[in-house]
Amino acid sequence: MGRDTFEITVNVVKMLVVFLMMVQMVPILVWLERRGSAFIQHRFGPNRVGPLGLTQLLADAVKFICKEEFLPQKAVALLYYGAPVVALVPAALALASIPFSTPVEVSPFEMLGQAWGPYTFYIQGFHMNVGIIYILGVSSLGAYSLLMAGWGSSNKYSLMGALRASAQMISYELALGLAIVAVVLLYGTFDLAEMVSAQKGPLTFHMFSREYVVSVLPNWGIFFQPLGFVLFFTSVFAESNRLPFDLAESEGELVAGFHTEYGGFKMLLFFMGEYGHMMVSSSLLAIFYFGGHHIPFLTEASVHDWALSLAGQETTVASIITSLVFLASFLVKVALFLWFFIWVRWTLPRFRYDHLMDLGWKTMLPWSIFNIILTAVILFLAQGLVL
Amino acid sequence: MAADEEHLLVQQLLPVLVLAAVVFLFGGGLLFLTSLVGPKLNPNDKRKLMPYECGVFGQETATTRVPVKYYLTAIIFILFDIEVVFMYPWALIYKEYLSTAGLFLLVEMLVFMAILIFGFIYVWRNRGLQWE
Repeated sequence: MGRDTFEITVNVVKMLVVFLMMVQMVPILVWLERRGSAFIQHRFGPNRVGPLGLTQLLADAVKFICKEEFLPQKAVALLYYGAPVVALVPAALALASIPFSTPVEVSPFEMLGQAWGPYTFYIQGFHMNVGIIYILGVSSLGAYSLLMAGWGSSNKYSLMGALRASAQMISYELALGLAIVAVVLLYGTFDLAEMVSAQKGPLTFHMFSREYVVSVLPNWGIFFQPLGFVLFFTSVFAESNRLPFDLAESEGELVAGFHTEYGGFKMLLFFMGEYGHMMVSSSLLAIFYFGGHHIPFLTEASVHDWALSLAGQETTVASIITSLVFLASFLVKVALFLWFFIWVRWTLPRFRYDHLMDLGWKTMLPWSIFNIILTAVILFLAQGLVL
Repeated sequence: MAADEEHLLVQQLLPVLVLAAVVFLFGGGLLFLTSLVGPKLNPNDKRKLMPYECGVFGQETATTRVPVKYYLTAIIFILFDIEVVFMYPWALIYKEYLSTAGLFLLVEMLVFMAILIFGFIYVWRNRGLQWE
């Protein structure tokens, strides 16, 4: 195979794996959400179908599939059916460019009488040198799905929900974008993988051309961008339309918002989009502020040495083990944030709409501009507060 | 340079298109397949086909005119978003050129920010952000 053909094949396979991973995660998250909400509200939650209610997911899937196909009167069929499909796109495209772990190095080997390798497989759907810009770009496509659903189902509740949701999304996109500007200032790159590799080792910073090392703390972005973290964290809640910002589907006022007329599998596709968005947001939080796949007090080299001793000096196997260890570390961080999303949803009440807009425009926007100026000035004073 | 660009296209942009196509096929295919399984809708059931309303007959459809207050938000968003986009290239090169042209970069952006903040205060004072 030619080089290009090989690379394309590898990339396509990796992307499919990431996409299927996202689709598989959705039932687990739905289970976690239902069990978690029951735990928080002192109920039992689904506990009858299988151990801990785990096979409830399968029962739900069967039920979703067996629902009646329904197209409301006066609905625009293309928009009505297109919206749930489009809802999947932003999350799937964004998740494919998240760097999950350290690359796997395959040393040269022989198979079928041919020499292969050496190869380097990045644990990332595809490597983008403009990762953040790309993720911001595809995430904005989410607004189309909302508006398509709202207009297409020809119901006033849907339309109001879609209008609210899109206004909310664009309002918080500003604070989100400005928080990311501060992150780009800090790391000096758009590449997510480079951001992660900048956060290795103990906390190191330069102040007035002198280097300080705080060995008890990891070199994570949160220590350089505490305000940016708060702004980004709040904005991603609003962007993914979750409580306390789920004004789009506030059931007391709008029945169910933009997906009032949806049921069965179409509803499930919307859920996939929402949970996919949560996964992307959690991954970005881990990458920007919590060191990506890095484990505190452990370097990649030390883990690799440990894996080498475990694998009996097989470099390929050791590389795979290292990659798996760091993948586990990354997934633990992502899982913690996903739990945080669920925790917040079942703890906080909903905002009022004018409060929501005031928070977005009058509080978060000025603070995020202030955060950028602060970061730039500190970087200037320190002459390169390098990570 | 041309070879590099071609490589970029193959490595980075083609997978995006492939993935987007896969996602559309996945979603659309699943919608089609599930529509084959479930019970069929009776097209003469007018009450069931009506837009959802809480137990009473609907008074109006969504295609009647509704006052959209959100247009002002949308316009202000576009203005600010373009200004945010302008900050990205600056943020990217800021650290790289800090030692050679740091003061220039900082002052230029502070001037830009001052204009941006002035515009923001203007919008605020003129009740552009008022939600009533």
